[in-house]
Amino acid sequence: MNKIIEKTYFSDKVVKLVVENPLIAKSRKPGNFVILRIGEDGERFPLTIAGADPVRGTITLVVQIMGVSSSKLVALEPGDCITDLVGPLGKPTHIGKIGTVLAAGGGVGVAPLLPIVEAFKKAGNRVVTVIAARNKDLIILEDEIRKWSDEVIVMTDDGSNGRQGLVTAGMEEIIQREKIDECIVIGPAIMMKFASMLTKKYNIPTQASLNSIMVDGTGMCGACRVTVGGKTKFTCVDGPEFDAHQVNFDEMLMRLGGYLQEEKRATEIYLQKL
Amino acid sequence: MSLNPEYLKEERNQAWRAELRSKTKNKERTQIERVKMPELAPMIRVKYQDREVNMGLELDQALKEATRCMDCVNPTCIEGCPVSINIPKFIKYIEKGDILLAAATLKETNALPAVCGRVCPQEKQCESKCFYVDKLDKPSVAIGHLERFAADYERNSGAANIPEKASPNGIKVAAVGSGPASLAFAGDMVKYGYDVTVFEALHEIGGVLKYGIPEFRLPNSVVDFELENLRKMGVKFETNYIVGRTSSFEDLREEGYQGFFIASGAGLPRFMDIPGENSNGILSSNEYLTRVNLMGAAMDDKDTPVLKGKYVAVIGGGNTAMDSVRTALRLGASRAMIIYRRSEAEMPARIEEVKHAKEEGVEFMTLCNPLEYFADEKGRVSGMRLNRMGLGEPDSSGRRRPMPIEGSEFELDVDLVVVAVGVSPNPLVPSCLPDLKVTKWGTIVVDEDKMQSSISEMFAGGDIVRGGATVILAMGDGRRAAENMHNYLQSKSNN
Repeated sequence: MNKIIEKTYFSDKVVKLVVENPLIAKSRKPGNFVILRIGEDGERFPLTIAGADPVRGTITLVVQIMGVSSSKLVALEPGDCITDLVGPLGKPTHIGKIGTVLAAGGGVGVAPLLPIVEAFKKAGNRVVTVIAARNKDLIILEDEIRKWSDEVIVMTDDGSNGRQGLVTAGMEEIIQREKIDECIVIGPAIMMKFASMLTKKYNIPTQASLNSIMVDGTGMCGACRVTVGGKTKFTCVDGPEFDAHQVNFDEMLMRLGGYLQEEKRATEIYLQKL
Repeated sequence: MSLNPEYLKEERNQAWRAELRSKTKNKERTQIERVKMPELAPMIRVKYQDREVNMGLELDQALKEATRCMDCVNPTCIEGCPVSINIPKFIKYIEKGDILLAAATLKETNALPAVCGRVCPQEKQCESKCFYVDKLDKPSVAIGHLERFAADYERNSGAANIPEKASPNGIKVAAVGSGPASLAFAGDMVKYGYDVTVFEALHEIGGVLKYGIPEFRLPNSVVDFELENLRKMGVKFETNYIVGRTSSFEDLREEGYQGFFIASGAGLPRFMDIPGENSNGILSSNEYLTRVNLMGAAMDDKDTPVLKGKYVAVIGGGNTAMDSVRTALRLGASRAMIIYRRSEAEMPARIEEVKHAKEEGVEFMTLCNPLEYFADEKGRVSGMRLNRMGLGEPDSSGRRRPMPIEGSEFELDVDLVVVAVGVSPNPLVPSCLPDLKVTKWGTIVVDEDKMQSSISEMFAGGDIVRGGATVILAMGDGRRAAENMHNYLQSKSNN
């Protein structure tokens, strides 16, 4: 169970893993996430599912090395097993035929965006996708995104792939050009904040998939709480997708930094041990 | 689920019990003082998250305490036990010196005696109905301490007895969640001959016994031993498995499961919805205790972090609040405070936990209620504003209603706040079953006697039905559900 079948480096820090788990491969829907734990000393952390093959019985995860847990996951090789893997968790994305969908992904956020783009396309929508990253090495899954999008705009901070500029520049161009019925954004919290401010200006309904800190991922701990429309919600059971215009992103950014010191210290200790 | 009075009488009339009764006069028995549980000294124990406070009775202490029990004709203590342990029988086995038989007696009706001996609120249950309390106005027989003694004795003897079970009937049943309700259910169903699988969402079996209750009150090794006994009886366990999500109930039906017991617990922690409550450093007791107990966050070699506070406020007056505040002390708090809006008399925590907390130096700020939290420039909680409360007329819970006292507001420096004001039912499993009847609070509706839900092959119990109760009430539910699911499945197969 949870055996790693394939491992592909998108860049130094971003890795795609294909993991055997037939039950989750069968039951997951776009927007769902899993909780993982690597080793008996490992912590529990969430990752959104980037794809699944129910016939092969595998799911795809994309992970960016950030701290101890992501480093431990990336250190696993094909044939190794993930100690604990549970899911699918969270409410799936609401997919319907709504017209034109603008999908925006930043950094590794493009990975969980892919199955949503695919599902919207298969549901008969026109899908325009903007993918963005700091530079060309960090642009991932471009071909896969192209396969399921009517149009793709690539944005990089340094212009090394596609156009130079932030994700919002690409989004605004599309919004000014054609009528967008719904927008979905996935990426770093700061990117989602600005993308959400943009679509609010144009009054476009927008969903954001939040990457809050979690422990159990099943509603039990409340570490992932976020204020949506003035009310406290749990990202794990009420989300992870919310009406982006109602999300208090400033509070979310503050909460993401809640364990910064502890994480830094843990990373230093981990690197020393290597 | 009461024991048959005829059966109790028959057991009481056995020669060995009659002989014990005639050996010591009741007058002598009542002269004996109630035993005191030996405890680790407060100064030492606050340094260790994993050293048990109660050290357990010695053999001579247990024999003497067991002698206090008069083996009443009408053992009212049993009425106070949610799992109907034959209390006089196990205690008399201790008096006789047959400790392993005492342990076997416990296991007739209780799948987790070493756990219950440690965490049950005996003073509100069996011990409150003891003849000593009722008629003699003396401290009750220490039933809880004796239960723990017998269970520990058996565990340490290496001669654990595996209860007898009926021959396998080949019928598959599932328990959803692996807390006390499910474990009690599984223990009984496997005895009836069923093929039982317990499904757990987390990576460890045990539910609240593992993630919630700290090791200084309930060591993991004790829980693991009881789990091992269930395994030996044939119960199967699946971790990392959320029934309704990982697989649907329909999938499991196709795999042959004919009955389901849903005991997925009271997942969602409640907050007070006051300003500043989402600041960093304010967390639910579930989160705080899960990080420390399940994930070992206080240990250096574990990856899971936990925030440590110098000035820690724990909001609430239940067992979870006591567990949290005592954990904070053990993680180095210089000031650990309980903030509770009623007075100590209304506190739902076990008396022993309150006593232990006080001995360890926890400050009790009763009749105080948080109004607002303040945070520093990084968003970490730095203080709170509270007001003092007075007690008015009794409310729906029968306890006097706390009322704010005007002009009593004050501020307090805190750098960690643990909110332990209760939990709501976890919607994860019920939300997968549109036909399942739930209350407006999200608890599963069951027939109270049978624990059967609106879907006839699904039974439910524990906090997902009660909304927040105790280990032992959950276990009582599990036992009732097992008995009634057994009857249901038997009548179905006979038709």
